Amino acid sequence: ALTREVDEGALEELEMSLLASDLGVTTTTEIIDALRERAKRQQIRDGAELKELLKAQIKGILDDQQRPPHVVNSPPEVIMMVGVNGTGKTTTTGKLAAYFRAQGKSVLMCAADTFRAAAIEQLEVWGQRSGVEIIKTRQGGDPSAALFDALQAAKARSNDVLIVDTAGRLHTKNSLMAELDKMRRTTQRIVPDAPHEVLLVMDATTGQNGLQQARLFTESAGVTGIVLTKLDGTAKGGIVVAIARELELPVRFVGVGEKIEDLLPFDSAAFVDSLLGA
Amino acid sequence: MFENLSEKLQRAFKNLRGQGTISEENIGEALREIRVGLLEADVNLNVVKDLIEHIRAKAVGQEVMTALSPTEQVIKIVRDELIALLGKDTARFQFASKPPTVILMAGLQGSGKTTTSGKLAAWLQKGGHRPMLVSVDVYRPAAREQLKVVAKSIKANLYEGDTKGEVAGTPLVERLAKEARREAVISGCDTLIVDTAGRLHIDEDLMGEMESLKKLLSPQEILFIADSMTGQDAVKSADEFHKRLALTGIILTKMDGDARGGAALSIRHVTGQPVKFIGMGEKPDAFEPFHPDRIVSRILGM
Ligand SMILES: Nc1nc2c(ncn2[C@@H]2O[C@H](COP(=O)(O)OP(=O)(O)OP(=O)(O)O)[C@@H](O)[C@H]2O)c(=O)[nH]1
Ligand SMILES: Nc1nc2c(ncn2[C@@H]2O[C@H](COP(=O)(O)OP(=O)(O)OP(=O)(O)O)[C@@H](O)[C@H]2O)c(=O)[nH]1
Ligand SMILES: [K+]
Ligand SMILES: [Mg+2]
Ligand SMILES: [Mg+2]
Repeated sequence: ALTREVDEGALEELEMSLLASDLGVTTTTEIIDALRERAKRQQIRDGAELKELLKAQIKGILDDQQRPPHVVNSPPEVIMMVGVNGTGKTTTTGKLAAYFRAQGKSVLMCAADTFRAAAIEQLEVWGQRSGVEIIKTRQGGDPSAALFDALQAAKARSNDVLIVDTAGRLHTKNSLMAELDKMRRTTQRIVPDAPHEVLLVMDATTGQNGLQQARLFTESAGVTGIVLTKLDGTAKGGIVVAIARELELPVRFVGVGEKIEDLLPFDSAAFVDSLLGA
Repeated sequence: MFENLSEKLQRAFKNLRGQGTISEENIGEALREIRVGLLEADVNLNVVKDLIEHIRAKAVGQEVMTALSPTEQVIKIVRDELIALLGKDTARFQFASKPPTVILMAGLQGSGKTTTSGKLAAWLQKGGHRPMLVSVDVYRPAAREQLKVVAKSIKANLYEGDTKGEVAGTPLVERLAKEARREAVISGCDTLIVDTAGRLHIDEDLMGEMESLKKLLSPQEILFIADSMTGQDAVKSADEFHKRLALTGIILTKMDGDARGGAALSIRHVTGQPVKFIGMGEKPDAFEPFHPDRIVSRILGM
């Protein structure tokens, strides 16, 4: 018989997996409500079918934010890495440098974290690993000055890509957020249209605070996309679904380890498989 | 930006005044609001479930007191329940009867172990101790250099050791740890803080390395350094670290932001170990003893 009932037990189970993956109550409720309606319309009853429908729905939310790669009118393409403390900015800067180099591009890195102990030395090691040069100043120096030098150098050497590693900062610290804004303006002044990408590096273990991180880094630094790191752990990084929905930011890359090759372009199908099981 | 839990509960209880007792029926909406509030604060799903049942059991059947509104009454129950879960006792630090006291710092990548090692050393110095720091993070680029800079900034003793181009691996880690303990004894340091590499709880090799470090050093304190921005996954990592190492305490970092810090409840619940300190910034003095009532207010957004 063609009943219009939906398996509420299966729905609830899916709801629990979304909450357990950090999608948050608001996003989860909206997604599950929409799923219930679609399931009724399409007369889906069993759990397996319901799960496939849910995966398609979440994949859709993520895919809606994907945009074609921007056109870089006047190189260098400038990519700024921003985020709260300890998420993986420096590591991802190093991995990205190797990623672009493997595409045959000439790359330069800028060590604009002049604050944290040995942050410059850390990036220098990544420079050796990727064979990419870095422009730096001394610890305690002005990050905008290092950035200025790096922008000039990248122009002078006709580099294709300049990747800027910045110091970790909590989005609630106004003066530190203003510093990012200043760096962005410095970049604009020297390379028109730049920064082309501002990547918010987010740890996959991040909970509901991730939404506020994305909101405030977008306000100050003009975030254009997310790098979701540490997906090699057990955390699913579901907060990016909430971020895609509310702030319309795409996920660009994922980090899956500490080695140079552990960076992958974002694959929404693989992401939802990991979220809900293949 | 969050609506205060008390405002939400007031809405949930708007019809309760004059009804006499809190019942299964009239507390339903309030419990739903509490559940959402706790989940938004990143308290683990299963912990929330347990908590809600406890709160329900405590609240149902209570007379609505004249002195307190039903909202105040339920908030008090919620608060008491969360404080009980976190433990009222302000945690003490274990010192060895025969120095040096060894403190092992453990946790996921980027949680704040190295920074917190420096903070702990500064805190011990202030208390009249002579700590020595050592980094056995032979894996992450410039990790040992980072601790060196931190130690210098607080004028703490550091055992640097020599890695002699030796391959990064557990034997080197063990050698550095052993040498550092000997050095601590020789130079009259009463505490040794061992900063370790960040690792995933599912990394068999590196978790095994932590176990061998524990065996080698018999530390008095094995502290789990956890990021306060962590969400639902907190229980998985804390549980595995605790199973492997028998943690003695927790330090919650990056509490100077606006994360609600529900992970504290989850980690405490799954390990049974007390939160001993919180990190309030990047500088060595941004470090405070833990106060359960403060974090409960924060989790409840009030
Ligand atoms: N397992 C795993 N670890 C990662 C990944 N990305 C980074 N890490 C580790 O996370 C820790 C922090 O990485 P960093 O690159 O120093 O992070 P950061 O954002 O630059 O940190 P700050 O500059 O201090 O804010 C390091 O131990 C990295 O090795 C990843 O994808 N997986
Ligand atoms: N705002 C803030 N930042 C903190 C706090 N504790 C640590 N940090 C920052 O978090 C980042 C990571 O700290 P580390 O001490 O390098 O973390 P770790 O656990 O040693 O990292 P790995 O060794 O790479 O696993 C750095 O940018 C620190 O400055 C804190 O309480 N508040
Ligand atoms: K983290
Ligand atoms: Mg960094
Ligand atoms: Mg460290």
